[in-house]
Amino acid sequence: MSNIVWDKVKLYYHRLGSPRYFYDISARFLPWFIAAAVLLLGSGLTLSLLFAPQDYQQGHSFRIMYIHVPAASLALSIYLMMAVSGAIGLIWKMKVADIVAKVCAPVGASFTFIALVTGAIWGKPTWGTWWIWDARLTSMLILLFLYLGVIALHSAMTDRQSAAKSTALLSLVGVVNLPIIKYSVNWWNTLHQPASFKLTEKPAMPEDMWVPLLVMMAGFYALLAVMIIMRTRCEIIDRERRSRWVKALVSGENTR
Amino acid sequence: MIQFSSFSEFVQMGTHGIYVWSAYGVTLIVLAFNVVAPVLRRRELMRELKRDITREAPRNESSS
Repeated sequence: MSNIVWDKVKLYYHRLGSPRYFYDISARFLPWFIAAAVLLLGSGLTLSLLFAPQDYQQGHSFRIMYIHVPAASLALSIYLMMAVSGAIGLIWKMKVADIVAKVCAPVGASFTFIALVTGAIWGKPTWGTWWIWDARLTSMLILLFLYLGVIALHSAMTDRQSAAKSTALLSLVGVVNLPIIKYSVNWWNTLHQPASFKLTEKPAMPEDMWVPLLVMMAGFYALLAVMIIMRTRCEIIDRERRSRWVKALVSGENTR
Repeated sequence: MIQFSSFSEFVQMGTHGIYVWSAYGVTLIVLAFNVVAPVLRRRELMRELKRDITREAPRNESSS
């Protein structure tokens, strides 16, 4: 029984590793992710801007949390995804993993940038300053530089395989930064508040404050899936341009 | 329950309107860029590859 399951897992793993299979199957998933992103972000924005009550200390600036927290959380998740795909590409030479690792970098950099900028804007009315060099903010800035380093390495190296190898190594080394970011608010005395949400505990804030955050979080993840899939599909076409199936696809498709 | 009694109150958000709206604005711009960029890239790729195919076609007609 377990052998059958294992064989299935292996089969799907190998199939997903094939660029053409990924291209075909992702076309089926993409519309659903787009629909989910539009629905979740639409309702999430309405809830967080109009319906969530203002914080008794921070007033309406508290609404920045609904984009700041999901962006920061995604910034970390994407980094992990980039490092894991990089490692898979490194060990098993899986083409799609290399591509996913590559397309994660600009998307991750964007979310890190959003987290930093919204944090600074939120910090001004709340702490009285845009920026301080505390542990959380500094480690987050390092995350942005790690992403930019990966992007720079990709554009500097013309050979795809060595670019994939060196960026995977850089991403893996940078993984040490992730626990530092996550636990910085516990390990050091920082201005940044500790996590307001834990998977194991009930949130301390009232329901009409955390439900919008949950919806926004889900919306951001759906949007992330859309961004990664779209970029991966482009990269697949670019790399497989000599293959027969891409040529057939191009000549069959209107200039869309 | 909606927290604002008028549209101008919604825009002003107490004294925090400028902070809230600039944060949401920056986010919107960055996210929109990340959605539009791959769409444009795809179009460009398709156009480029199509041109390559029509250029190759007369040389090896049998393969297509």
